[in-house]
Amino acid sequence: MWKWLHPYANPEVSYHFSGKLIPWFNVISALLLITGLFFALAYSPSDYQQGESVRIFYLHVPAAMLSMGIYLGMAIAALSALVWQLKLAEASISALAPIGAVFTAIALFTGAAWGKPMWGTWWIWDARLTSELILLFLYLGVIALQNAFEDKALAGKAASVLALVGVVNLPIIHYSVEWWNTLHQGATISKFEKPSMSTDMLIPFVICFFGFAFMVASLFCYRFKAEILARNSMRPWVKAIANKQGAK
Amino acid sequence: MAISYRQAFLTILKRDLTIAIRHRDDIVNPLLFFIIVVSLFPLGIGPASNTLMKIAPGVIWVAALLSTLLSLERLFKNDHQDGSLEQMLLSPCPTFILVLAKIFAHWLITGLPLIIIAPLLGVLLNLHQDSYLALMLTLLLGTPILSLLGAIGVALTVGLKKGGVLLSLLVLPLYIPVLIFATSAVDSASMNMPYNGQLAIIAALFFGSLTLAPFAVSSALKVSTN
Repeated sequence: MWKWLHPYANPEVSYHFSGKLIPWFNVISALLLITGLFFALAYSPSDYQQGESVRIFYLHVPAAMLSMGIYLGMAIAALSALVWQLKLAEASISALAPIGAVFTAIALFTGAAWGKPMWGTWWIWDARLTSELILLFLYLGVIALQNAFEDKALAGKAASVLALVGVVNLPIIHYSVEWWNTLHQGATISKFEKPSMSTDMLIPFVICFFGFAFMVASLFCYRFKAEILARNSMRPWVKAIANKQGAK
Repeated sequence: MAISYRQAFLTILKRDLTIAIRHRDDIVNPLLFFIIVVSLFPLGIGPASNTLMKIAPGVIWVAALLSTLLSLERLFKNDHQDGSLEQMLLSPCPTFILVLAKIFAHWLITGLPLIIIAPLLGVLLNLHQDSYLALMLTLLLGTPILSLLGAIGVALTVGLKKGGVLLSLLVLPLYIPVLIFATSAVDSASMNMPYNGQLAIIAALFFGSLTLAPFAVSSALKVSTN
């Protein structure tokens, strides 16, 4: 395993590898999102209680799940950056943080838009909403801390410490609907036994979720490439790429 | 010559307390800030005693958060500037002990006066009679958490020129859970309901941050001092 992973610790190899992945991720995510959203918005049945407005679910829940998933990924990258001193893990933190922040913001906005017709209010200081808001602040803190340092290597280390500290918020968000019984509805998907929704709603949801997940992967590859270039700008191979681009 | 961990802890603690006593404004200013912020609320919201009773726990706790934030910078800033922080990190004693001593000194200087003055402000805000004990207990368990978590933020920003604003952005989100449970404990107490559940969670947060935060602070200091 380690032998197989080892070449990817080299920035140049990772740069080209993530470049090769981007078209694949783009195609997969476009296909999944087109089919998923088509079924979700046009075909899936409307909810017997919530009517048509339940369809925002197909955007809201994937965004919320990914906002936590991206943070978890960032924290794992932070751990490996601190423990094994991987430079590329630091680069991937700064690549992930803005994507995660945007998905958290999407989850909050769609949640507000869904809350208005369902609960009659845009915002309520409910446990899950509040903890998701904290997650947004944590992302913004990581981004701000990263920008505050002149030196990229120091910035990466500082951001990893903060990302690891903030990870305590994830279980709070995840279990908030079980610990506090508030307006937010309970988990419908992540139950292992039997999801409490019908299959013709579940399948479009799963397709949408993976569509968004591959979109995140592709966005990550773009940002990761840019980060690698920014951090290695004095290396000969980066100069060679720049010259090649300039000659075109 | 190797010194024991207890000795190192006590030395740093004594040193920090001495410095704080020499610069008395470090102790007094956050406390004054705390009192002023609390006294602004009746002026801004109106002096109706029912309203004040309702908002009292939240106001006292938010003011406590803000005044802690104000005093956090002095935890490492001066030591970083005159180079003594690097000497401490270079010493053979584990950073964990040194950091813990400095945080404990910070709590003694800023947290303890806050706890002592809080009941007085409770009177000003017409706090419910049954809530005083709960307020004291939550402050007693909660203010060390503020010092511990805040130390992580200061350690991360100590090398930066404009760390002050960034510090609040980093630290305040981490403070929110303490704030939520503390105010809900005080509220329950005012309604004569048991609040040991919330107190237990704050205690858990305290022990969690007591054991984990010094590690985060040490590694953050290593980043900041390069």
